[in-house]
Amino acid sequence: MATAPVLPGGFELPLEPRLPRLGSIDAVALEARAAALATRSIKRESKLFALDLAIRVMDLTTLEGADTPGKVSALASKGIHPDPSDPHIPSVAAICVYPNLVPYALERTRGTDVNVAAVATAFPSGQSSLDVKLAEVREVLDAGAQEVDMVIDRGAFLSGRYAQVYDEIVRVKEACAGRAHLKVILETGELGTYDNIRRASLLAIAGGADFIKTSTGKLPSSATLPVTLCMLEVIRDVHEETGRVVGLKAAGGIRQAKQAVQYLVQVHETLGLAWLTPDRYRLGASSLLNDVLMQIRKERTGRYQNPDYFTVD
Amino acid sequence: MTKTKREVARRPASAAIPSGWEYAPAPESRDIVRVNESYGLYIGGGFVEPLSNERYTTIDPAREEPLSEIAQAGKADVDRAVKSAREAYAERWSNLRPSERAKYLFRIARLLQERSREFAVLESLNGGKPIRESRDVDLPLAAAHFFYYAGWADKLEYAFPNRTPRPIGVAGQIIPWNFPLLMLAWKIAPALAAGNTVVLKPAETTPLSALLFCDVVRQAELPPGVVNIVTGDGRTGAELVSHPDVDKIAFTGSTEVGKAIARTLAGTGKRLTLELGGKAANIIFDDAALDQAVEGIVNGIYFNQGHVCCAGSRLFVQESIYETVMAKLKRRMRTLRVGDPLDKNTDVGAINSKQQLDKIGALVQSGIDEGAEIYQPPCKLPERGYWFVPTVFTNVAQSYRIAQEEIFGPVLSVLTFRTPDEAIEKANNTPYGLSAGVWTEKGSRILAMAQGLRAGVVWANTYNRFDPASPFGGYKESGFGREGGRHGLEPYVQLDGE
Repeated sequence: MATAPVLPGGFELPLEPRLPRLGSIDAVALEARAAALATRSIKRESKLFALDLAIRVMDLTTLEGADTPGKVSALASKGIHPDPSDPHIPSVAAICVYPNLVPYALERTRGTDVNVAAVATAFPSGQSSLDVKLAEVREVLDAGAQEVDMVIDRGAFLSGRYAQVYDEIVRVKEACAGRAHLKVILETGELGTYDNIRRASLLAIAGGADFIKTSTGKLPSSATLPVTLCMLEVIRDVHEETGRVVGLKAAGGIRQAKQAVQYLVQVHETLGLAWLTPDRYRLGASSLLNDVLMQIRKERTGRYQNPDYFTVD
Repeated sequence: MTKTKREVARRPASAAIPSGWEYAPAPESRDIVRVNESYGLYIGGGFVEPLSNERYTTIDPAREEPLSEIAQAGKADVDRAVKSAREAYAERWSNLRPSERAKYLFRIARLLQERSREFAVLESLNGGKPIRESRDVDLPLAAAHFFYYAGWADKLEYAFPNRTPRPIGVAGQIIPWNFPLLMLAWKIAPALAAGNTVVLKPAETTPLSALLFCDVVRQAELPPGVVNIVTGDGRTGAELVSHPDVDKIAFTGSTEVGKAIARTLAGTGKRLTLELGGKAANIIFDDAALDQAVEGIVNGIYFNQGHVCCAGSRLFVQESIYETVMAKLKRRMRTLRVGDPLDKNTDVGAINSKQQLDKIGALVQSGIDEGAEIYQPPCKLPERGYWFVPTVFTNVAQSYRIAQEEIFGPVLSVLTFRTPDEAIEKANNTPYGLSAGVWTEKGSRILAMAQGLRAGVVWANTYNRFDPASPFGGYKESGFGREGGRHGLEPYVQLDGE
């Protein structure tokens, strides 16, 4: 087995017997806490701060079979200038696309501080051989992607082959090292329990993830507030224990500004302001941006504007 | 990451990232509720002036501002209320078809739901509790109690199979200031469902929601005299307790007053239920889901400023995880938002009264004097009003006052244990026995602990969770009798052979 950077306690032993015993989550209490945090009432300037932040940490995403170079270019332009009529609106953090479309996204983002993230490793299922997955990772790196969003092998995880999952992450991390940021997608909707989500998070972090990410967005059940709270608590524990900083990306199902604010409040009250930067937190979304823009304008002017005043890309 | 950041000029103003994310004030509007300048006593279906001619001022503890002038009912007023209840019992309520009684109770429950925002604001205004709690806990539960007991009203023979339950008469009910409307619901709903009429005395400091409830009673067109509300301090309560025509007393409050009531009633044949103080143990085992357990600790002691009789005020942590739990707890405490009860983001509100604040202060001082180590998170308190910073004591010995006496404030005493047996022994080592909490991922241990703990309620992997279907009440000096569930009907019925 390959070795990883700083390990959380418990990982010095073989994974199979250890991992199922690493911490546990009480589902009822976790959901209650997430629900309580979601009732925070964020108004006026504190809301504007959150909306601005939601854009700065956004991974503007398109992952469709129907994606074309044109679609990706348009989306990249939108990410750079979300609202051409308002110079105060920041750019998004990154554009997230399929491997073959990386060059078209890069063409637009060159010269800006918007990154290009590519999904890889047989996204979304992860059902392929390690060689194929690594080849795909090298390809997106060579194309110039600055961030790689890999998926874990859920089949291996659920059948208890943790070492295999871990090894894959380590190998992908080796490929990315020094070239790109690695986000590890757990696909929490397929993991079944919060206990599993906690274990998979630890596994990904031990394997070298820079970010852990909830979902591919390809399942009906994607990011939820309890799921991200569970993952944030893992990140907090690892940080307390080792000092290592790991980021979180919530993805899938986040369509409204109100939801985005709830996710940000959760980060704020779990890990503090230090995590509210694009280096440590991302919101993966395809249709969230315009709602955020609309809410910003509403906060500034006091009224809602017709959706036709926000560009559709 | 090797990406070179190139010159970008498109982030001008927003680059000024604030050093903190201060939530803007988000106050619930108090205009939704109208508070009269003064209130009379609610007797016989309407407000009457007190014969005592005495009044006192009720205040908003968060601002120390007067809210209203409240009647101080005297002996003659209490007598009048009891007479009205007796008449309503004999002539209108006890003979009513049970399904009709149920209708009235369902109506009250629905009206409480409809007017919940109004009640929630009033509850926070007069009591100091955060609006988040009065809105999400007190009001939904109060309505749920009326719904629940409405359902029992015409099914009493199923609650007591083969025992022909009958009502007992006039119930005198005295409630505390920590959950004013919810305690009113706990008392009135089962009494009425079983066919009794009531005279209820709300706490001296928090009469307003009970007085607003009179308007719900009016809207529900409840027959006059079925519910009577008399306000006042302990003297009014004493008059109610010693009134010869009251058949049953239900009291929730301090153990001291509970004992006095028991002495007064001894030998009179009146029925009595007491729900008194507590000093509950919240027990955390090393295999517990720790982050959730920490939430449970916080919810156990800082919920409603610790003004909760079943508060988890003694924390028992297994020694092997003591450091981790304390670090997590202290970090969590730093995120508690103390302040304006009407702000929707407030976690901990105002202390209910000056008197209570002084009592908390004195007990905390005793903890410091006895040698316990105090921790309080940095916290900016409003200048006016009664406030107490959430507090935790470590290095606490079983013998310290803060580990023995009920503080009834946001003050937690932390003790440690090594084995389950030791946890049970220490947890039971108190004159009280109202509630307890157990945190472990091991199901068999939960069952074993629940069997060993002498407490009326044992929560497993949760805390301060209430449901109208679940009975609530204490062992030892925490009182006797149960409220809630089928058990909660028992004090309000007489059965064959009684």
